[in-house]
Amino acid sequence: MSTAKPTAIVVGGGLGGLWATLRLVEAGISVDLFALFEVKRSHSACAQGGINAVLDTKGQGDTVWQHIVDTIKGGAYLADQPPIKTMCEEAPGLIRTFERMGVTFSRTPEGLLDLRLFGGVKYKRTVFAGASTGQQLLYGVDEQVRRYEDQGLVRKHEWWEMLSLVLDGDGRCRGITALDLRSLQVESFSADAVILATGGLGLVFGKSTNSSNSTGAAASRAYQQGAWFMNGEFIQYHPTGMIGDDKLRLMSEASRGEGARIWTPRRAGDPRDPRSIPEDERFYFLEEWYPAYGNTVPRDVASRAIWKVVKHLGLGVRGEDRVYLDLTHLPADFVRRRLGAILEIYETFTGADPTETPMEIFPAPHYSMGGLWIDWEQDPATGGMKHGSPRNHQTSIPGLFACGECDGGYHGANRLGANSLLSASFSGRVAGESAAAYISGRSRAGRPDLEGVLGAEQRRQDEINRALLASDGPENPFALHRELGQIMTDKVGVERDNRSLDEALTGLADLQERSRRLGLDDRGPWANASLPYARQVQDMIVLARVIAAGARQRDECRGSHHKPEFEMEIPAGKFPGDPEFEEYVVRWKENNERWLKATVAQHTPEGPAVDFRPVDTSVLPPETPRDYR
Amino acid sequence: MADTIRFRIRRQDHPDSGPYWQEFAIPYRREHNVVSALLAIRENPVTIDGERVAPPVWDSNCMEEVCGSCSLRVNGRARQACSALVDTLEQPIVLEPMLTFPVVRDLLVDRSAMFDNLRRVKAWIDIDGSWDIHTGAPRISPQEWDLNYALSRCMTCGCCMDACPHFGLDRDFIGPAPLAQVLLMNSHPTGKYSRADRLHAIMSDGGLTDCSSAQNCVRVCPKHVPLTAAIGKLGRQTTAQLLRDIFGG
Ligand SMILES: Cc1cc2nc3c(=O)[nH]c(=O)nc-3n(C[C@H](O)[C@H](O)[C@H](O)COP(=O)(O)OP(=O)(O)OC[C@H]3O[C@@H](n4cnc5c(N)ncnc54)[C@H](O)[C@@H]3O)c2cc1C
Ligand code: SF4
Ligand code: SF4
Repeated sequence: MSTAKPTAIVVGGGLGGLWATLRLVEAGISVDLFALFEVKRSHSACAQGGINAVLDTKGQGDTVWQHIVDTIKGGAYLADQPPIKTMCEEAPGLIRTFERMGVTFSRTPEGLLDLRLFGGVKYKRTVFAGASTGQQLLYGVDEQVRRYEDQGLVRKHEWWEMLSLVLDGDGRCRGITALDLRSLQVESFSADAVILATGGLGLVFGKSTNSSNSTGAAASRAYQQGAWFMNGEFIQYHPTGMIGDDKLRLMSEASRGEGARIWTPRRAGDPRDPRSIPEDERFYFLEEWYPAYGNTVPRDVASRAIWKVVKHLGLGVRGEDRVYLDLTHLPADFVRRRLGAILEIYETFTGADPTETPMEIFPAPHYSMGGLWIDWEQDPATGGMKHGSPRNHQTSIPGLFACGECDGGYHGANRLGANSLLSASFSGRVAGESAAAYISGRSRAGRPDLEGVLGAEQRRQDEINRALLASDGPENPFALHRELGQIMTDKVGVERDNRSLDEALTGLADLQERSRRLGLDDRGPWANASLPYARQVQDMIVLARVIAAGARQRDECRGSHHKPEFEMEIPAGKFPGDPEFEEYVVRWKENNERWLKATVAQHTPEGPAVDFRPVDTSVLPPETPRDYR
Repeated sequence: MADTIRFRIRRQDHPDSGPYWQEFAIPYRREHNVVSALLAIRENPVTIDGERVAPPVWDSNCMEEVCGSCSLRVNGRARQACSALVDTLEQPIVLEPMLTFPVVRDLLVDRSAMFDNLRRVKAWIDIDGSWDIHTGAPRISPQEWDLNYALSRCMTCGCCMDACPHFGLDRDFIGPAPLAQVLLMNSHPTGKYSRADRLHAIMSDGGLTDCSSAQNCVRVCPKHVPLTAAIGKLGRQTTAQLLRDIFGG
């Protein structure tokens, strides 16, 4: 065993996992890569709008420093800052690498990378590939991984689901157990380090913009085995979700970047066709409330504004939960060229042409800023993250790393548009490098023996599966999942209050009880999809409790987490220098004293134990609040 | 029957067992597409004969026609199930797996042949490594980009492969989708350097000459990948390669 070549396990084949795989292989470590299906079908393919990197090729004087500031402030200062600094500094290098991989980025007439404007930012900073950027980026790294697979350096285990970690006697992560989704066999796999890159958790909210792979179940499993989960309560609602039965498909922020306007009729319940409503009877509320940014305010601001217009002012289109997203004032051919693929989605799924009729949208759960807690090491020379440190992206379980949407770094209380393709790629790269450093820095001699634990964990998982297949409890996992989504959407949504959160916590504890009494319609031994789904639902409920518990504890408004009871509004019409504004800044700082801390949850049999940890604000101390007016 | 949606689904429990058919009906909703309908059936898998059965197994992930998972034969033609709006379909809606691929179970097939063929044609750019070398790739004109982008949208869904009369279980043909990727890689300013390797891979058995230009593929592609145009261009590239192989240069 000790003479064998070092190996690593990467779980997840989205942008995060594939980048991690590449960097491990390039460090001489062969990789076992696990995914629920062919890695090329990962959720990353869904990202439409683009990826941020300061190239400053539009004559606007954009700077890396401004990208850092936007990311920190966009996240309401809740993310550790040194990793953000390094990510923004290294973003252009990642883009150059993607370009060399053959990613079909959109071009200027001179044949260079084109840039577009995205929310929460004043400069054109977003590199894109038509309106399918995530797909193209994913394919870029997928092809490179295939090249290494062809050289025998990567072994893919597609259609395998990770069920648990294998921890040795020292509490180190030394492997995983996984379920073959066809034969339903459980196997143990050992490795010198494990990286989780299992994506987001939108499905905890039932319907969201996410793909079905985004259940958060894998992160939940690591959490239940001891990994800390941070900032769970921070869930980004995307302001422009299409209203759908099976999924809330996304209308990309790029549409607002290209000039789409959000409005609703000024008159409640106005029955007229939107096109026949005159300009002065339309309420362009974002433009009115936030004149500096208008329709490109950050997502949380936009989502809450839509919420307010619909739920508090009663101005939803036709009295329903929806407002207009309007592109019809722009030249149709311009719109088609810039946004073709995403408009296709709208047309395909609603049958309406957005260049002719305004689209109808409402905020949808979209992105989890929170995730597994990760460590990092600061480089005193640069103030950024130390290159090649094995601490970077290591979770609280030694030997277990996390990257991509399932880690909780980088985005704090709110993520800027086009920053998560960046963080997924960057964090994957870093996690691969740091896992490699971890592996090469540890001697293979004197490690606790694994054989016993590998077998024991495999038997434990087999037993769980056998029991589930044999059980004929009264609960249907699919119905339970719908109930879970209902609780989370109703009570842990865009706006939160403590009474509803208490109800949610009680409801979730009850749901968890019931999830132990499942009965499956499918008990077949082959390619049974109900079995893994049932297990995912159980683990989603555990994670939902973490999200709700964090939300219950945090009595403030910060980024995506909004409790009106604790709202501190910037005095209307007041700006820096005005005494009212300065008083506000004092109160804002006092609130930071109390709440500018990361939420960290630890699993206990009774439920999540929530604690707080300090945030590193050494790059940009919190002196000025976010202000998008 | 206007208030229900009826489905006839081809079932198969195991790769080695025989197929059988079952019918289901769910309450009508205008918004339903084939995936959302399958989700509804899954929650309450009762056939029209009132028998409670194992829910049908299929593959889907993004539900917005970009991951390529949910290809099925819907009323006889391979397409993405998520974008098949029931209102546009004749009922009972007949669902079958893409039978040019091995069936795993019910509507789920094994498409590894497509991924193997991407390997076979070396559909990647040879880069030194995934680190920054402080320079990007050479420029690409917007006109070249147009074609490249159209090719790069292929999501390996397999619809074109299912429609092609020459691709199949015991045939060697690489198939249209991986072929189109050869053109994409050959068009990249540095991808060109390995053009000869890729062209040789499609000049051997199972390569380009197995295509009879039936054009079935391009008609079913949900991403409008210009497959036959690509195959045409590759024909010219392989001819030129052949001449280079013979005369050098
Ligand atoms: C509709 C939409 C549009 C978006 N647009 C943008 C955008 O324009 N710009 C931007 O920056 N960001 C965007 N995002 C966010 C961004 O796409 C994601 O945050 C990012 O792609 C996540 O990548 P990932 O690698 O972490 O995970 P994913 O791509 O979700 O990959 C997860 C992987 O984990 C595997 N997996 C999960 N569980 C298991 C398990 N138990 N065992 C084995 N494998 C497992 C899956 O198979 C999959 O391969 C968008 C998100 C959505 C929903
Ligand atoms: S054109 Fe060629 S690849 Fe396409 S369907 Fe016909 S034979 Fe198959
Ligand atoms: S070319 Fe079109 S039909 Fe064929 S696999 Fe690609 S996307 Fe699917």
